[in-house]
Amino acid sequence: MTIQTFIIVSVIKTVIALFVLLTAVAYSVWLERKVVGHIQNRWGPTRVGPFGLLQPLADGVKFLFKEDLTPPHVYKPLYIAAPMIAVTFALFSIALIPIGNSIRIFGLNIPLEITDVNIGLLIILGVTSLGVYGVALSGWSSNSKYSLLGGLRASAQMVSYEIALGLSLVGVLITTGSFSLRDIVNAQGGHFWGFIPRWNVFHGQIVGFFVYLMSAYAETNRIPFDLPEAETELVAGYHTEYSAMKFAMFFMAEYANMITVACLATLLFFGGWHGPLFGPPLLQSLLPVFWFVAKVFVFMFIYIWVRGTLPRFRYDQLMAFGWKFLLPLAIANLVVTALVVALQ
Amino acid sequence: MVPLSYYLALSGILFACGVTGFLIKRNIITIFMSIELMLNGVNLSFVAFAAHWHALSGQVFVFFVMVVAAAETAVGLAIIIAVYRTRETLNVDQINLLKL
Amino acid sequence: MLHLILFLAFGAVCVAGAVNLLVQRHPINSALSLVVVMGALAGEYLLLGAEFVGAVQVIVYAGAIMVLFVFVIMLLNAGVEERTKGSRVALLFGIPGMVIGSVLIAWVLLTRSGSGEVAIGALPGPPKEIAQLLFHQFLLPFEVTSVLVLIAIMGAVVLAAKPGPAQPEKKEE
Repeated sequence: MTIQTFIIVSVIKTVIALFVLLTAVAYSVWLERKVVGHIQNRWGPTRVGPFGLLQPLADGVKFLFKEDLTPPHVYKPLYIAAPMIAVTFALFSIALIPIGNSIRIFGLNIPLEITDVNIGLLIILGVTSLGVYGVALSGWSSNSKYSLLGGLRASAQMVSYEIALGLSLVGVLITTGSFSLRDIVNAQGGHFWGFIPRWNVFHGQIVGFFVYLMSAYAETNRIPFDLPEAETELVAGYHTEYSAMKFAMFFMAEYANMITVACLATLLFFGGWHGPLFGPPLLQSLLPVFWFVAKVFVFMFIYIWVRGTLPRFRYDQLMAFGWKFLLPLAIANLVVTALVVALQ
Repeated sequence: MVPLSYYLALSGILFACGVTGFLIKRNIITIFMSIELMLNGVNLSFVAFAAHWHALSGQVFVFFVMVVAAAETAVGLAIIIAVYRTRETLNVDQINLLKL
Repeated sequence: MLHLILFLAFGAVCVAGAVNLLVQRHPINSALSLVVVMGALAGEYLLLGAEFVGAVQVIVYAGAIMVLFVFVIMLLNAGVEERTKGSRVALLFGIPGMVIGSVLIAWVLLTRSGSGEVAIGALPGPPKEIAQLLFHQFLLPFEVTSVLVLIAIMGAVVLAAKPGPAQPEKKEE
């Protein structure tokens, strides 16, 4: 297709992807409140709309109208920039995530992702590394001891678990041979033994999946690894001094990170959009998207389920777990995978 | 098609900015960051020449520069922390006595 | 044409970040300008086709080394630089000297560099081929750098560790 068509199609895809991602972030907040509520034997939000479905709308309006105060002792440029940095890098990864095969609209073959780079996975890892800045700078610029300690702890935790995260993905890379996310999903098509799908989690990467899941929970600062931002610990840590819209931006960044992690887990370990296909051709080209969304939803549900169930780690237990258990396990997984692939 | 000399000129400008920072700044951490800027300028030069001579070794060498920079940063920052503990200042003009 | 425009755009961001590093008086602003420089350099690497090097630049340099710098600035509570006599002298001689020096370097490179031209994406550096080189031809430097990093880690831990409680007890004896 010509370059003008390409640019127009990319812009439309970007707008749709951002809109869907922001709506998904809002409704994952609703999902969390409902699921955690039911785990704790109470209803979640039920008043605003049926099943409380308009609650995110009410929350959005609340954040817009809340008083946006800036304490006088903060370092203003970074105080205002840090939430924007966090949100930008959290929303960035959606550009590389493929949600299905190509669809044909108006005679154009449009692949269902914004761009397919041959080093897609590395770019997502790079964006995760850059997300540390939002946390560290917000903690420091708030000029208060709770924020500084919370920010330092959170960023040290994120940097430590990035290593285990990256190494757990290398097992998948060795079996697939490419960094491109579309290639990784395409290598997981088909079945073996007739009915077990060739997803990476069944095909030898179960340890890699376990390490990835643990590291991802720690990267996104979720329970059981959420000491730096727990309310009972450091008075909400690095976002203590933030209110209204800036706090909402940190909130959005956290849930967008969760969604990115869930998307990556389905793409790398659970076969992406592969699933039973049936029906007329139009349905067949839309069903992969449905399977992808369903798998991402299962991962979000597990995230929230773990949040409602487990207690949190102490900080030294958390760091010991990352460095002394997950990192050697990821390296061992890498060595065994490399041996198996080399001996084939 | 961009001439190779443009890439080299950009690399030279970055290196010159790094040297300037090294000479005029008085905060030890900023001096250290100017060293990193110099290393980045040199990395750009390596990659530009690798593209010019179609030799992938230039890009591999950039890895080694990055690894050495990482190691040097770790040790250098540890030294800065140790110096700060004893001298209580980060201004190089005031760290001029062998013994307090 | 597009190559030239993109090169000049990334190059302008690089130079602006480098000059901002020199102009800012608080080290945290200098650190963030350096991160911007590294990001723009990653864009330049992508223009030259070095995709793996560009990604590693963002992950390692901008995402880990500069985070270390930001940590140290936060921990040591570095403040705004003061203007001392020494710094005024350095500014007086340093800035004109380096401006002359950099103009000289740029002029020499631009006029006497021969006629080499580099196309957009000139030398694609896919991870596979870089790995081939790294693990066959450059295996010894690779192993040596891993020993270097190990030594650096041990040195950093020893240097930055707090002095132990044994010393005051010795003094009291």
